[in-house]
Amino acid sequence: MKDDIIRIRWHGRGGQGAITAAKIVANAAFASGYEGVVMAPTFGTERRGAPVLTSLKIAKKKIYDLSPITRPDMVIVLDHLLLDEVDVASGAVPGGLVIINSPLGPDAYCFKGARTATADVTSISEAAGLPSGIVNTGIIGAFARASGLIGMEPLSLAIEKEFAGKHPEKNINAALRTYDQTIVGDLLNG
Amino acid sequence: MHIIDSGNTAAANGVKLARAEVIAAYPITPQTPLTEKLSEFVDGGEMDAQYIPVESEHSALAVCIAASSAGARAFTATSANGLLYMSEQVHWAAGARLPIVMCVVNRGIGAPWTVWNDHQDAISQRDSGWIQIYCCDHQQIIDTVIQAFKLAETVSIPVMVCYDGYILSHTYMPFEIPDKGRVDAFLPRISPEYRLDPENPVNLNTVTLPDIRLDIHGKTAPGYMEIRHNLHTDLRSSISVVEEIDAGFKKNFGRGGNPLIEPYRCDDAEFVAICLGSLSYQLRLAVDKLRNDGIPVGVAGIRLYRPFPDQAVREAFSSKKRLIVIEKALSYGNQGALCGDIRAALYAATGSRPDISNYIIGIGGREIQTNMLVDLLEKACTGTEKPGTEAEWIGLRM
Repeated sequence: MKDDIIRIRWHGRGGQGAITAAKIVANAAFASGYEGVVMAPTFGTERRGAPVLTSLKIAKKKIYDLSPITRPDMVIVLDHLLLDEVDVASGAVPGGLVIINSPLGPDAYCFKGARTATADVTSISEAAGLPSGIVNTGIIGAFARASGLIGMEPLSLAIEKEFAGKHPEKNINAALRTYDQTIVGDLLNG
Repeated sequence: MHIIDSGNTAAANGVKLARAEVIAAYPITPQTPLTEKLSEFVDGGEMDAQYIPVESEHSALAVCIAASSAGARAFTATSANGLLYMSEQVHWAAGARLPIVMCVVNRGIGAPWTVWNDHQDAISQRDSGWIQIYCCDHQQIIDTVIQAFKLAETVSIPVMVCYDGYILSHTYMPFEIPDKGRVDAFLPRISPEYRLDPENPVNLNTVTLPDIRLDIHGKTAPGYMEIRHNLHTDLRSSISVVEEIDAGFKKNFGRGGNPLIEPYRCDDAEFVAICLGSLSYQLRLAVDKLRNDGIPVGVAGIRLYRPFPDQAVREAFSSKKRLIVIEKALSYGNQGALCGDIRAALYAATGSRPDISNYIIGIGGREIQTNMLVDLLEKACTGTEKPGTEAEWIGLRM
């Protein structure tokens, strides 16, 4: 159904922090004037390492539809190896956006009717001082750059709040560095 | 202050603001994060309460019964088979007239095992003598938990605050945490009329004879039947207490106003969908869509399910053309439990009565897409035939 809700589906692995990332974006969106924010993990069967997904909906008004996202405007993938296991772009709207943590450029991917953006969040986050494999704050920078939806300022504040007492500066740094190093590809004709 | 967090966290913050003094709970999905949050509050000194870990739900409520009998403000929470396991104590708490508050994080019942949402757990306890209130979003969860303690302590009847497992319990959305000072004024510390007191030992709820008798002071004491009659009449009169407490809450916090039935676009509606819980909010989208197509439909969420607000149901719906009762539970072998209640309430209506169609949906977490609800409502509103008496299951893949 056509409405004013922006639907963002996050794909990660259990334990990778996709829910935390979505929560940070939800907080930043709310602080930026989006009154309607709903974040819902897949229910019931999360296991460490297994593919998981989280739905984040953002709108200017209260959201009454809590059902999982089937037609995402944006898809965010925390691990490019998931592409071998999951049809991440399933149901994506025409002109949608796929954001991938990947060492490869957007040209390496072919999502018809969508734009692809990539950043090597894994390497960038390590360079920013985070332990190896922590990518859920870096990916937020890629989201900010590719979507243009929410500025890095409210996102940095939301990261700082989420990681209070747990090295927020390194996480903010990872997001800012990733923002600068994200490559956004062209819209591929479907 | 607004925060974005889960429905379980909303409930935990309500319990904290209500200054519950004894919490006993056994973890069960999807209730677990609620009790984890409460144990954190107690452990971190944010709540001055006794958190009593127990080995089962039966013991959880037994502890609350003991604590409440001693005059403490007691809270527990459970889901599904956990609620069934404590069922004997559920009935006991109501008969003993103890103002306990329990969150029921609605989940389908095994067998076969399911951890996902429907309403069969709470519906199975609807005749236990507890008050049952259903919530549609996180703001209602936290606000209702606070009001539930006031309600329970005013009428000396325990209250279940029901909210959808996962759909609300694990979903994050913004909600406001009410100001502590205002909650303290709205809900003062508990001051029970009777409590266990070692200085004045009494027997409570011993074997009670079928007939009335003289008590130890030589006064006529009620028999079992009188005690149970009192529970029923007090439940019936608690409908107006629910309205009074809601009005007081609205005056202090600016939220509320529809504590029995929460209507949406019902005033000029010929057709009204009726349900429990968060489904009523999702149905608003389907109503908006059909309204754009010129179909005069509305939706009403029943918030107070027990005691059943039958008079409000008659006032709201008896002049409608058709009611569409959509349920995540049923009285097996008969029809949707809510539908049976609505039908019974409207049978007493004078004059016209609407047609009623009954749909069963989302059992065991079967996904409910909004376009399914649009199709369902459209079909139900535009059908020319009188609806049958059998409930129709939506989303079955047989």
